[in-house]
Amino acid sequence: MPLVSIVDVRKSFGANEVLKGVSLPVEKGDVVAIIGRSGSGKSTLLRCVNGLETHDAGSIMVDGLEVGGAKTDMRALRRHVGMVFQQFNLFPHLTALGNVTLAPRVVEKMGEGRARELGLEMLAKVGLAEKRDAYPSQLSGGQQQRVAIARALAMRPKALLCDEITSALDPELVNEVLRVVEKLAGEDMTLILVTHEMRFARDVGTKLVFMHQGRVHEQGAPKALFAAPQTAELQQFIGASFK
Amino acid sequence: MIYKLQFADLLPYWDVLARGFVFTVALTVVSTMAGVLVGTLGACARTFGPRWLAGLLGAYVELIRNTPFLVQLFFVYFGLPAAGLKLTETQAAFIAMTINLGAYSTEIIRAGSEATPKGVIEAGVSLAMTRLQVLRHVVLKPAFQKVWPALASQIIIVMLGSSVVSQISAEDLTYAANFIQSRNFRAFESYFVVALAYLLLAVLTRAILRALGSRLFPKA
Repeated sequence: MPLVSIVDVRKSFGANEVLKGVSLPVEKGDVVAIIGRSGSGKSTLLRCVNGLETHDAGSIMVDGLEVGGAKTDMRALRRHVGMVFQQFNLFPHLTALGNVTLAPRVVEKMGEGRARELGLEMLAKVGLAEKRDAYPSQLSGGQQQRVAIARALAMRPKALLCDEITSALDPELVNEVLRVVEKLAGEDMTLILVTHEMRFARDVGTKLVFMHQGRVHEQGAPKALFAAPQTAELQQFIGASFK
Repeated sequence: MIYKLQFADLLPYWDVLARGFVFTVALTVVSTMAGVLVGTLGACARTFGPRWLAGLLGAYVELIRNTPFLVQLFFVYFGLPAAGLKLTETQAAFIAMTINLGAYSTEIIRAGSEATPKGVIEAGVSLAMTRLQVLRHVVLKPAFQKVWPALASQIIIVMLGSSVVSQISAEDLTYAANFIQSRNFRAFESYFVVALAYLLLAVLTRAILRALGSRLFPKA
C-alpha cells in the first residue's frame, strides 16, 4: 500500500472548485514534485494531506490513517507528516534550538536534555548547529527555512510536505535550502514538494506531477516528462519556466 | 499663614495605616491575578472563540472602559444586593477591580495575540500540537512578551485606582488616611504619608513586574 494515497479528492472554496478529483499515490521513498501555474490547486492539495484544509470528497490515507476520518486522531497523523511552509513560519519568540525542540518537548513530552540533543542533531543535519541560540529575526531567509526543516524533522516524520519552500527566498539563498532537501531525498525520506524549481524537480524528483485547473494533467518520470511532455499545457508551462 | 507640620500626630494610628497598606497590597495582588486571568481567557475567546462570545466580550470591554470605576464599584456594592447578591466591602472591591482589570487586560492581551501570524499557528498545528498547546506556547507566550509593559502599567493604574474602594468603607490605605485625619484633623500629614505610600507601592510594583516579566517572558 502506498504511504500516502490520494483518491479522487475534491475541494471548493465557496463556488470555486480548486480540486476537481485528484488522485495520487505516493510510495515510501518517493520524491514527488508537484508543478503547475498558481491557482492550479497544488498548495491546496498539499494542505489537504495533513488536514490543514479539509477536503470535500474523496479520500486521503496516510500510513493507514484516513485524513479527516471520524475515527482518526489527526494529531497522531500529523506526527507522521511534517510540513515546511513558504513563509518559514518559525516561532519568533524562540531560538533556533527552541523552535526545533518545542514540539518534541510539548507533544512528545520529551525531557529537556533529550530534546536538546535531538534538536542539536537536527540543526546539524541542516548545517546550522552553530546558530542554535539565534532568534529567527537574526537569521537569513535560507537559514530560517533550514531551521523550519529541522523543526519538522525533529518529529521523525514518515513524509515531509514542502509548500513552495524556496519561493520566498532571494535567489542566492535558494540553493542552500535545496541542498538540504536533496540530502533528505538521498536518505530515503518521502517528500512531496510543491515547487517552481524545475531543474530541481527534474534532477531530484522521482515523480513529476503537473497540475492544471484542479486536476492532475500529466504525471510520470521527471526526466521523460521534461524531455517529451505529452500535453500542450505542460509543454507550454515547461517552455515558459526554462526560458 | 504658618502651618507647623506635626507628623508625630500620626504615630498613634500607625496600626490603622499598616492595616490599610496590607489591605491595598493584598487587594491589588489578588485582583491582579484574577484580572489577568480574566483578560487572558477573554483575549483568547475574543480572538478564537465563536462569534457570539466574541461579541459579548466586546460589549463587556466597551462597557467597562467607558464607565467610571467608582460607578462600577457602587454598582457591585450597592446595586447587586438589590438583585439578591449581598457582598462584603472586601468582596465587592475585589470583584469590581477584577472586572475592571479583566476588561482592560482583555484588550491589551488581545493586541498581542492577534499579532500572531496565521502561518505560525498552522506550523504549530502541523507539529501535532493540540489547540491548547498552540494557544499557550505559540500564541500567548509571545503575546505576553509583547504587551507585558502595557499590562504592567495597567496593573499599576488599577492599584492606584483601588483608592476609591474607601468609598464603600473597604479599609484600604486611603480609608486609613480618611480615618486618621477625621480623628486628629491632620489632613496634610495623613494624605501626604499615604501619597508617599502609594508612590512607594507603584515603584515597587513596577520593579517587581519588570523582574517577573523578564523571568517569565524573556525578550527575544
